Amino acid sequence: MAIKVVKPGLATAVQDLGRPGYYDVGIPLSGAMDRFAVRCANLLVGNDEAAAALECVFMGPELLFTADALVAVTGAELPPKVDGVPQAGWTSFAIKAGQTLAFDFLKRGARAYLAVAGGIDVPLVLGSRSTYALGALGGFEGRALKAGDELALGAPAGAGVPGRTVPEGLRRGAIPTTTLRVVPGLYHHRITQGSADAFFRDTWKVAPEADRIGYRFRGGQPLTFVERTPPFGAGSDPSNIVDSCYPYGSIQVPGGTEPIVLHRDAVSGGGYFMLGTVISADMDFIGQLQPHSKIQFVPVTMAEALAARRERQATLEAVRGLLGPG
Amino acid sequence: MTSRYSFGGDEHIFVEVDEAMSLDAFFKSLFLCKAIREAGIKGVTEICPANASFQVKFNPDVIAPDDLLREIQALEAASGQAEPVLKTRIVEMPVLYNDPWTHETLMRFRERHQDPTGTDLDYAARINGYPNVTDFIAAHAGSPWFVSMVGFVAGLPFLYQMVERARQIETPKYLRPRTDTPKLTVGHGGCFGAIYSVRGAGGYQMFGITPMPIYDPKQEVGYLREAMTFFKPGDIVRYKAVDREGYDQAVRDVDAGRFDPLIRPVTFDLREFSKNPTAYNHSLEGVLHGH
Repeated sequence: MAIKVVKPGLATAVQDLGRPGYYDVGIPLSGAMDRFAVRCANLLVGNDEAAAALECVFMGPELLFTADALVAVTGAELPPKVDGVPQAGWTSFAIKAGQTLAFDFLKRGARAYLAVAGGIDVPLVLGSRSTYALGALGGFEGRALKAGDELALGAPAGAGVPGRTVPEGLRRGAIPTTTLRVVPGLYHHRITQGSADAFFRDTWKVAPEADRIGYRFRGGQPLTFVERTPPFGAGSDPSNIVDSCYPYGSIQVPGGTEPIVLHRDAVSGGGYFMLGTVISADMDFIGQLQPHSKIQFVPVTMAEALAARRERQATLEAVRGLLGPG
Repeated sequence: MTSRYSFGGDEHIFVEVDEAMSLDAFFKSLFLCKAIREAGIKGVTEICPANASFQVKFNPDVIAPDDLLREIQALEAASGQAEPVLKTRIVEMPVLYNDPWTHETLMRFRERHQDPTGTDLDYAARINGYPNVTDFIAAHAGSPWFVSMVGFVAGLPFLYQMVERARQIETPKYLRPRTDTPKLTVGHGGCFGAIYSVRGAGGYQMFGITPMPIYDPKQEVGYLREAMTFFKPGDIVRYKAVDREGYDQAVRDVDAGRFDPLIRPVTFDLREFSKNPTAYNHSLEGVLHGH
């Protein structure tokens, strides 16, 4: 064992880049909500980008290291301290056996990623080490960490050194976004044009019910639906549909009042209409939103969504160029 | 039935075969998903069939969204002539109706229900025109169900009863969803049945509980060692009402690793079924029990 959990934090869990391929039986992707941040944390300590790290939500854990290790913290500004000595974020640093890693209060963002050289060694389940807590699957015993848990580490590749850093200009998502770009579609036709306009004009606030399954928003106007005779099997509420699949990032609005954007631990389907889908390039940003943050949804075209995707890819390539093994 | 296509952001294509539920729409969705899988289109990462729709996840770095859209539309155009015949399996599933655990739960959340004075079974029986709960249960367990979708959470089947539309059981969901549902609850919402694979939130009416696990992340249950989720779209399920002693015995069998569900291979023909559902379901009974 190399890490002993002294205090678990709020909801600290093992995450990697997820478990694709089982959404058709209701097992979601899982993995880090901010994938860019976890890739950077891994690159900083010389890991494969897909190595398992710890996702720390709002509040950091307190961890006793029982072996020397090289670590890095990225994503939210949750300042790390080694035996009380502050360490820089987005920068690799060394910890000696017997030292304790703890965190200051959250300053910005919502989720910090702690990578350790060698990666967190939990069993691979369906090809991934990520935690899917709703299904008690993967990660450390299928759940968030608890005090007293002991984590093993993989063998470090040996490529990492302390003091490597991701330059500020490449810390994508470190400053939380105020907009989320959306490709309108799916069951968008269920609401009136005026209602759709209002949805994209209103300012929404992240509700306290915001987690890995989905982020709920409040504060905008209730939607107005187009009149219909309910199709057989859909249900009588105007926001109901015959239960369908839910895309990752899709925006459902049960009862027309509070939009929910599904995230990495998405429920894979259900009976609520969706008015569009957050673009892949903006999904990481959602993971860094705190409750009560203000957000505006912005409609974009497919071409704009793909351009944003290329831009994110270019930022990642720049980080790889600086830190990657090649 | 003309399918409606829409992009779900830059990584999904969403296809609604029909906005209403029917076995025809379900079959078309299932067959089109099979055709897409067999086409082996580069860049397609996940194919998820649903009740009367489906979803394809793709990597837009590998295939342009419009190109994939055209490929799927071409497959739809070519699949029109496919025979509605499905090689599948039929499974008998014991159910303890009106069990103490869902009863305790539904009483706890009574203020969220349409009818706080009765039980979910009382309510469903009444609004579906059954004189009493016994007759309602007889109808629920009396005809088989198609697994028309797997999802929501890991391994949860949506089920559509194989009877004429006039005989379909329909119930609204709870006015406000419950925060708790016992694991393996047999429930119903809209025209769909569901079996809750894990304990958790839910809005479906609760009728009973099955002793037969359908999701096992540890893969210790014998018939779940190969795959941790039991159901696939296209499976046929026949409920068998059991009493408390039968339920307890089944739970003991599951715990001892000797529970062996009754499963038989079967070929389902939608045309034959549509001609006479009652007679067809009777023949499925023969497949299950070997007469």
